[in-house]
Amino acid sequence: MTEPAIATKDIARQFGDFWAVAGVDLEIAPGEIYGFLGPNGAGKSTLVRMLCTLLRPSRGRGLVAGYDVAHEPERVRLQIGVALQDAALDDRQTGRELLDLQGRLYGLRREERSVRVAQVLRLVDIGTAIDRQIKTYSGGMKRRLDLAAALIHDPDILFLDEPTTGLDPESRAAVWEEVRSLNEQHGTTIFLTTQYLEEADELADRVGIISRGRLVAEGTPDELKRTVGTDVIVARVESLSDATLQALRAVPGVDKVVASHDEVTVHADNGATVMSPVAIALHTAGTTVVSLTLRTPTLDDVFLQLTGSHLQDGASPDAPERTSHGAHGEDPGAGIGGGGSSTTAAEEARA
Amino acid sequence: MVGMLSTPTTSLRVQARPAGFFVDVASVARRAIRQIPREPEAVIPALIVPIFFYVLNIGALSKITHDVGHFSFKSFELPVAVVFAVTGVSRASALVTDIQNGYFDRLMITPVRRLPLLLGLMTADLTLVMALAVPVVLVGLAFGVRFHGGLLGIIVFVILSGIWGLVFTGLPYAIALKTGNPGAVNASFILFFPITFLSTTFVAKPYLQGWLGAVATYNPMTYILQGLRSLIVGGGGVPGPEPAWNAAYLGQAILAIAAFGAISLSLALLALRGRVRRP
Repeated sequence: MTEPAIATKDIARQFGDFWAVAGVDLEIAPGEIYGFLGPNGAGKSTLVRMLCTLLRPSRGRGLVAGYDVAHEPERVRLQIGVALQDAALDDRQTGRELLDLQGRLYGLRREERSVRVAQVLRLVDIGTAIDRQIKTYSGGMKRRLDLAAALIHDPDILFLDEPTTGLDPESRAAVWEEVRSLNEQHGTTIFLTTQYLEEADELADRVGIISRGRLVAEGTPDELKRTVGTDVIVARVESLSDATLQALRAVPGVDKVVASHDEVTVHADNGATVMSPVAIALHTAGTTVVSLTLRTPTLDDVFLQLTGSHLQDGASPDAPERTSHGAHGEDPGAGIGGGGSSTTAAEEARA
Repeated sequence: MVGMLSTPTTSLRVQARPAGFFVDVASVARRAIRQIPREPEAVIPALIVPIFFYVLNIGALSKITHDVGHFSFKSFELPVAVVFAVTGVSRASALVTDIQNGYFDRLMITPVRRLPLLLGLMTADLTLVMALAVPVVLVGLAFGVRFHGGLLGIIVFVILSGIWGLVFTGLPYAIALKTGNPGAVNASFILFFPITFLSTTFVAKPYLQGWLGAVATYNPMTYILQGLRSLIVGGGGVPGPEPAWNAAYLGQAILAIAAFGAISLSLALLALRGRVRRP
């Protein structure tokens, strides 16, 4: 078996009494896109900072390209490209100057730099703005330049810490395309952290879900979603009682019921057949339903099942509008009315 | 492995490698020097303020002194103007900005050696302060100041001033690297006042009285000004005929700069070590 591009064994990092990363084991193969998915504060950035030699692990071990991040940081640095969470750029340089400096610091000769700058610019498409000072760039352009800077020395392993946080959907799609083409055309191993489930779903060959500094699940997006079941029914209600939950659990064909605030998620292998019984159960339990939606599972459902809370609370510009539309999942399902204002909600869900 | 894109030029694969110490220094310095004209707001006051005070002081105080030989108050004050121009000018604020916005981390992830991250900035500072010293000297010449040491005297004058400016940057860099706080770096400017004013800024040492005379004895600035003045008026700025080149005065100035530099640069290097040591 080939040596993993990135491997960690019980890697952990403590700040005071707080364990930001509480022991994580990873093994990422060369050429893989690995999505590290978790909410803000889960420990994603701390892990990236350890792997790219900015922070020392408090415990455990991290190997990048076969080199120990704690003991051979100089060797690790030559193998990796990194775009940290906030595009770390110098506003008073032009994009080209920044890339050229980056190339110099990686020991590239003049002709190598000029070819590599041209190459990365074709990949990230900054256009003529490359000769303008970075302070004139939009957020999306800064991210793309940051990515270009991370690539200037042609690294085999790329760390992208929340590469699309705060970007508009169009810029986000552009970054996704760039990441994909790097991986496909060049075989770059990509370690990507994200709080956006769509991003992990869209890009990653494998996803690790991190919560409170621990890896709570790992697998391909499909494998992870299968753990939830085939279908998901989401009911948003005015108030949630134990009686409601018991009534739902009693519905034949329901595998699992997960409650979160004013929302209840019902997992079932055949959602269409249990949709009506679920609606009736809610009605019988006296629960006022705001919306009722049937859809296929998302990674957020996996996260909810594992941790009892949602991955994000509308952090993404196109985060699931689960409460009224419920149409965010990959396969927006049908909804039916469940009492109260459900008719409108059901129409929205169908739309 | 194939190249990233299909056009002929893209088949180039490159191998990252350490660039070498001096290349690292040059790369960091190059960026810093390039930034200077893009921040005229940081440079223009450093030039205007000393010229303003020079003109003001000689206008107001020349009348109460009398010229003897090469000595005149405008000659006596020119080193003060140059010291004002070169002291406290540094890239420390820009360094704090880098630390705060994460660009310093981006540099730290590259294979760049850590010492050039500071030395590169200092190289840029030395270039800038020497560039600032020249127009101040030209203003002095325009006012009729003549260097007893001739052209060589002017060159040594600018170099000594520049090196003083360089060693002073150790303090703001130490504060920048230690705190990462722009306010603290700006506050480092207050060190400028006791160092420049508790000295022979306006009158020669024999005329300083009481505690000021005592403090000036231990202030390196006293010896730096004395050395710089010796290049203009000969001797240490005291009226009277003196040889053009006074080895003792120049030696004391160099020693004062070296002693100050040993402390300030050590502090800066310690702070750099703390900053680049992975937490």
